Amino acid sequence: MSVPAEPYVTADGRQIGDVLMEMRNITLRFGGVEAIKDISFDIREGEIRAIIGPNGAGKSSMLNVISGFYHPQEGEVWYKGAPRPSMKPYEVARMGVGRTFQNIALFEGMTVLDNVMTGRLTHMKASLWEQAIWWGKAEREEVFNREQVEKIIDFLEIQAIRKTPVGRLPYGLKKRVELARALAAEPSLLLLDEPMAGMNVEEKEDMSRFILDVNDEFGTTIALIEHDMGVVMDLSDRVVVMDYGKKIGDGTPDEVRSNQDVIDAYLGVPHE
Amino acid sequence: MTATTTPAGDLCSVPALLRRNAREFGTRTAYREKEYGIWQSWTWAETLQEIEWLAMGFLALGMERGDHVAIIGRNRPDHYWSMVAAQMCGAVPVPLYQDAVAEEMAYVLEHCGARFVVCGDQEQVDKVIDIQERLHQIEHVLYHDKRGMRKYDHEHLNWLRDIRDEGKASHYRHEEELHRREAELSYDSTCVMLYTSGTTGKPKGVVLSNRNIIETSKNSSEFDHLRAEDEILAYLPMAWVGDFIFAMGQAYWNGFCVNCPESADTMMTDLREIAPTYFFAPPRVFESQLTSVMIRMEDAGSVKRWLFRHYMALARRVGPAILDGKPVGPIDRLRYALGEFAVFGPLKNALGFSRVRVGYTAGEAIGPEIFEFYRSLGINLKQLYGQTEASVFIAQQPDNEVRADTVGVVSPGVEIRIDETGEIFYRSPGTFVEYYKNPESTASTKDAEGWVATGDAGFFEEGSGHLRIIDRAKDVGKMADGSLFAPKYVENKLKFFPDILEAVVFGNARDYCTAFINIDLTAVGNWAERNNIAYASYQELAGHPKVLETIRFHVEDVNRSVAQDPMLSACQIHRFLVLHKELDADDGEMTRTRKVRRRIIEEKYADLIAALYDGSESIFTTTEVTYEDGRKGSISATLKLVDAATAPVGKSQGMAAE
Repeated sequence: MSVPAEPYVTADGRQIGDVLMEMRNITLRFGGVEAIKDISFDIREGEIRAIIGPNGAGKSSMLNVISGFYHPQEGEVWYKGAPRPSMKPYEVARMGVGRTFQNIALFEGMTVLDNVMTGRLTHMKASLWEQAIWWGKAEREEVFNREQVEKIIDFLEIQAIRKTPVGRLPYGLKKRVELARALAAEPSLLLLDEPMAGMNVEEKEDMSRFILDVNDEFGTTIALIEHDMGVVMDLSDRVVVMDYGKKIGDGTPDEVRSNQDVIDAYLGVPHE
Repeated sequence: MTATTTPAGDLCSVPALLRRNAREFGTRTAYREKEYGIWQSWTWAETLQEIEWLAMGFLALGMERGDHVAIIGRNRPDHYWSMVAAQMCGAVPVPLYQDAVAEEMAYVLEHCGARFVVCGDQEQVDKVIDIQERLHQIEHVLYHDKRGMRKYDHEHLNWLRDIRDEGKASHYRHEEELHRREAELSYDSTCVMLYTSGTTGKPKGVVLSNRNIIETSKNSSEFDHLRAEDEILAYLPMAWVGDFIFAMGQAYWNGFCVNCPESADTMMTDLREIAPTYFFAPPRVFESQLTSVMIRMEDAGSVKRWLFRHYMALARRVGPAILDGKPVGPIDRLRYALGEFAVFGPLKNALGFSRVRVGYTAGEAIGPEIFEFYRSLGINLKQLYGQTEASVFIAQQPDNEVRADTVGVVSPGVEIRIDETGEIFYRSPGTFVEYYKNPESTASTKDAEGWVATGDAGFFEEGSGHLRIIDRAKDVGKMADGSLFAPKYVENKLKFFPDILEAVVFGNARDYCTAFINIDLTAVGNWAERNNIAYASYQELAGHPKVLETIRFHVEDVNRSVAQDPMLSACQIHRFLVLHKELDADDGEMTRTRKVRRRIIEEKYADLIAALYDGSESIFTTTEVTYEDGRKGSISATLKLVDAATAPVGKSQGMAAE
């Protein structure tokens, strides 16, 4: 059962729209190493799209291409119906792409609240001078941004650690704080790099629920990399499978599950 | 006597009290709730308005007189308002424990025949929808928190806010009917129905009238000089009678402010921010606070540790006396004042007790050491003795007459009688009307003259006239050699150790006493961390030889202390084991108010008890557990049975120790 090409409604009532971002024949090289070889796929509005593959398959590189951190030698990234020029990561962030990192990248010495506030930076327009003297636009903006941030804190149920320095938190909560910071930027596309790595079953269940809730409540499009097959198959609408830099499968979880190349890649078949 | 009390003026119902408060303290804050990191507040006038709109919304949905309205959620203004709104419509609010699994809820919902259910969030709605598939009686489910609710079939499901807006918009149509129904409320109409979890059997619906609630609130408020300026934090389960009396009865009678925490996890922070003047908690809350203080002090630097120890020793010596206004030497007073500045003040501030004028603990006996700790800091913590059936108050301690071993004097308006077996009976204006749809139980609990059996054994102390509770009458027993067996007494001593969360002592009709121990994961986990002891799970930590060793020391300490009392010295613990799982209300091992259900534990763990008495060294056991969502699983473990040394009995101990 594959998905229709035009906008449709999923079995659980979510609206899936047109193509939001499209990878067209992306090839990425580091010196002589080809990390990504001629890969094409698309991400549609409102869907949860997973990228899976064994270690070293090029998943994180792919995510870095989407977030504008790596620039592919060949191919184009199309965003909202137009080719995206080569951009700096912060420019990509301004265009509405948010992300979390495989190795948590939070400000350890700052509180949860301050960390999440940094996610609002792209929405702050007041000048340095106005912010320094806390006047006019700066004050209004801060109040507004704090309100947005508090809604996210409420949404992710991290009120109890609002004022706790991030360095003191356990791993699972840090991951959640990182998600909160990414959400604070109100991205239209959210990239999650192994959001559940190193978590126990309970934390994974919590995180899965939050990912589904984010997608459902805010309508955020989500692209994620994850190793836990159970989680990926339950969460995603469509899955891209990579192995040695190549795309070996693309489709709904059921399609991917029955794809022989995918089974081989995971169970291990000799590569030449 | 009970039937003749009349309301003060026209104040014969909670809605009437609400109108009085809106009239007299219209601009004072009635409710506060922390949301989005900020304390939102509502005045009494605003509260009345909100409740009226909600009530008219209920009328628009077709709420009838005598309907039962179940309320399932944490303490939030919306939920309290729903209760009052239901009363305005002539319906009966029935708050339920929100952490109950669907099966437990199904029984209560079916028993009261609720047509309306107000839910806090999606989790509760899911449970109710689940129950509805079997029950088919619930007509409207209302919810407070919209999150995750968008995709639900909304035919019988409504957002509470929409109902309020509906009531607001249609007030021309419903105002007259609402006033008519409100005018019908009398001192004898039902105020609320609360289900007692009961340590045995199915829950029973205790029907409390306006007279019960208002008279009790009035009497107890006068006793403690409560006033409109007081502040409380509402964080205890709404289904518990205590919460209803404190956050509804007394709050509406006095017009004081009810503060609702942001979430269960932030309770301690919110407590600190609000610093209530009137505070109520079961012993468990005080125990866990004390445990966390002790853990943090152990992690503190040596100077701080010394200051803490030094001043706490002083506080233990003179603190309670200063609090009770008894004579204390000027040098000690000065030192205590210094301690207040350096240690007690900051500590009370950190605990959120800076402003407490009146604090109560009840629900279970509190360890004397825990009780003394708070008293010595200058916190006016008192004990009370009560029951759902009595609208809480039976006996309570007056200021300046507070002791750890009594529950105080008879509450105003209450009469107490103790029969020849030692069981306590009471009669008061707060005495419940009946058990809903259960005349047999009503008759066996309350006699024709209105006397109610408490099921507790106790006696009045000579001289002071204070009531002392020995134990649940059912639990007090005799050991094989005829000596007195009072498990609670020993359990409370054990629970004083921060490492021990829960203890169950056995020994009725046996040769000697044994115990099950639950370790406190916070305290023991912290200890393990500091001593580089690795563990992967609760079970592994609970079975660690060093943990068993520590617990053995604690048990032997308790044995020495129990041996001091010649009457109870037979209750020393000879053998014990540390359980591989925490006793849990979801498994039926405790009530929702966290009282141990002895009979169920005895049945469920019969193999373990047998092992404690047959002399074996270890036992393999498998236990069924229920997860929060109602699924069942099982865990198995091999438990070690540990022998503990007992101390020689009673007065001769001084010689024996030489």
